[in-house]
Amino acid sequence: MTFRAQHLLGIEHLRPEEITTLLDLADRYANENRQRRSHKDILAGLTQINMFFENSTRTQASFELAGKRLGADVMNMTMQASSIKKGETLIDTALTLNAMHPDLLVVRHPNSGAVDLLSQKVNCAVLNAGDGRHEHPTQALLDALTIRRAKGRLHRLSVAICGDILHSRVARSNIMLLGKMENRIRLIAPPTLMPAGVTEFGVEVFHDMREGLRDVDVVMMLRLQKERMDGGFVPSEREYYHRYGLDAEKLSYAKEDAIVMHPGPMNRGVEIDGTIADDINRSVIQTQVEMGVAVRMAAMDLLARNLRARRGAELQNEKGIMV
Amino acid sequence: MTELLFTNARLIDPVAITDSAGWILIKNGKIAATGEETPPDTKGTVIDCGGQCIAPGIIDIGVKVSEPGERHKESFHSAGLAAAAGGVTTIVTRADTLPVIDTPETLEFVARRAAEDSAVNVLPMAALTKGREGNEMSEIGFLQDAGAVAFSDGLRVVSKTKVLSRALTYARSLDALVIGHVQEPQLSEGAVATKGKFASLRGLPDVSPMAERMGLDRDISLLEMTGAKYHVDQLTTARALPALERAKRNGLDITAGVSIHHLTLNEFDVADYRTFFKLTPPLRAEEDRLAVIDALRSGLIDILCSMHTPQDEESKRLPFEEAASGAVGLETLLPASLRLYHAGHLTLPELFRALSLNPARRLGLKSGRLLEGAPADLILFDPDAPFILDRATLRSKSKNTPFDGARMQGKVIGTWVNGARVFGDG
Repeated sequence: MTFRAQHLLGIEHLRPEEITTLLDLADRYANENRQRRSHKDILAGLTQINMFFENSTRTQASFELAGKRLGADVMNMTMQASSIKKGETLIDTALTLNAMHPDLLVVRHPNSGAVDLLSQKVNCAVLNAGDGRHEHPTQALLDALTIRRAKGRLHRLSVAICGDILHSRVARSNIMLLGKMENRIRLIAPPTLMPAGVTEFGVEVFHDMREGLRDVDVVMMLRLQKERMDGGFVPSEREYYHRYGLDAEKLSYAKEDAIVMHPGPMNRGVEIDGTIADDINRSVIQTQVEMGVAVRMAAMDLLARNLRARRGAELQNEKGIMV
Repeated sequence: MTELLFTNARLIDPVAITDSAGWILIKNGKIAATGEETPPDTKGTVIDCGGQCIAPGIIDIGVKVSEPGERHKESFHSAGLAAAAGGVTTIVTRADTLPVIDTPETLEFVARRAAEDSAVNVLPMAALTKGREGNEMSEIGFLQDAGAVAFSDGLRVVSKTKVLSRALTYARSLDALVIGHVQEPQLSEGAVATKGKFASLRGLPDVSPMAERMGLDRDISLLEMTGAKYHVDQLTTARALPALERAKRNGLDITAGVSIHHLTLNEFDVADYRTFFKLTPPLRAEEDRLAVIDALRSGLIDILCSMHTPQDEESKRLPFEEAASGAVGLETLLPASLRLYHAGHLTLPELFRALSLNPARRLGLKSGRLLEGAPADLILFDPDAPFILDRATLRSKSKNTPFDGARMQGKVIGTWVNGARVFGDG
């Protein structure tokens, strides 16, 4: 098995063969989920804590379901209301949790790098469920699996990522993953929502949708948050939709069989036309949600195997010392 | 009459820009004579330097001693020990304490505590505006009488241009030095990294390096209006340098400094969100670092400092955006500066021009030179001695150095303040 990581903190530190291993396993889980086959033994006896310092319905539900399907004991903690308000630091929270001996810790945090920091202070496997603008690795992996199942491959595809790239951890993780798997990446956004220096990441940059979408295989839309629409980064919702919203006319510039993706939740009529989102011939948005559970099952399965192997080795060492 | 004679020394003279073998004689805490030939006879102590370097002690402008208010981070005692061990013989302290040093009464507290506890000279700065709030100027005259050597709101920009213009006009009438932090405050709001590939990769809120030039341009215009005596605490970007050059050429009374961290580190050193590398301004691109080193060598940038900013572990062990900014530097200023010497960027006399002579000139001090009559604030050091820095060994109460585990060269053998040994054996 080629998956050595102790945590899943980002795509940046994964090697291409690790990504393939994870996707292969997730692909199997996806099929078996459809057959309603049970895997309650995989994480039996392990405790999974979902710690979300930022609101999330979909990702948290997906992680919870993935854990439960594999037989883990799952606990959800929503943090913004409790200890953070009392001035407890992230490290203290981590140490407190660590003392409860969890095995898998799923963390979302509004600050870039916060999940990294937390992972240094605990001795369980940590999964990043999104940190600030930095990374959201399971989202990129579920996108990759969706693309691979729809297109039959995950290399030499032309993928357009459109929308609020500046604030998007989904975009960053996807740029890294698709780049590692040798795809051609195009970023399309108004200049105010494009991060600086991105051309150095080996991507092509466009400010015009039609030009950017020309002949792509995959169109990946990003969510634009309401508070960024009114004059802050773009002049208005309607101007944004006019210039960057995905409608049938703009989509016609992509390949005929191009698929449309969105990480959700969607703003219909802002970044994407509702009829496209619902078009079963083009949109794979529901498949993304389905693959999300499978990818998270695979990620937790692989990390738990490494965790058990590590603990086994530690136990051996201790015994060795006693003899 | 006490005498002290250093023989067999390598004299680093930043006035003549020479680096030559010689001796130096101290009488009553002052330099009495120097020479290259046979040293004179003396009844006092003789120190054989073994061919190692003697240079004027470092004058570090912008040191944060966390007294009053946060003595657990740094006290005059610990800062004094760190300075002596680092070859810093004069620290010029910042006013951004709790409470802010903005009245003669708080300034007198600092002067008293420094005299009681510090091993090296302490010259205090005072805030330019009350509470460093940027609304009303502080009592510049009274504070000057009480011993303030410069006026600065530290890393906070006086964003109201009218307030700054009046403060500069008033300071001009007293010939008081104003030290400014140049950064367009609105553009840089919330930023913790320099705009570019690294910040984008790490998803950190960033600011264009141009914000520094915007801040500098405004202040230069105000200097043309007011004729005030002004020093930029840190200039760290290539694009700000031509503006400084023009201002100097136009005869404005302006000088500029830079922190050693911005000359020896760049934005990529932050790596995986290492908060000990979080500084204000943020670390810059490599091209900026090299351009600023060039400016230091040419003399366009006058002063090299540590921007010593003690922070406890608690305030650094946070997500990068929330972590406190700043690094300690009193003990690492010299070995880090010597990286510039070992890399062939600056000679030793050029380095000490920026570390000792220029700060002395800017503050109107007689120290910073190896000249007859100057106070015997001296350091003896080996510029080549290699070591690996262990932050636990730092004398500062706070250990937030970006150089932990770094390979460095250069060790202070002895430090003297007014002819009295404050660091080293003997």
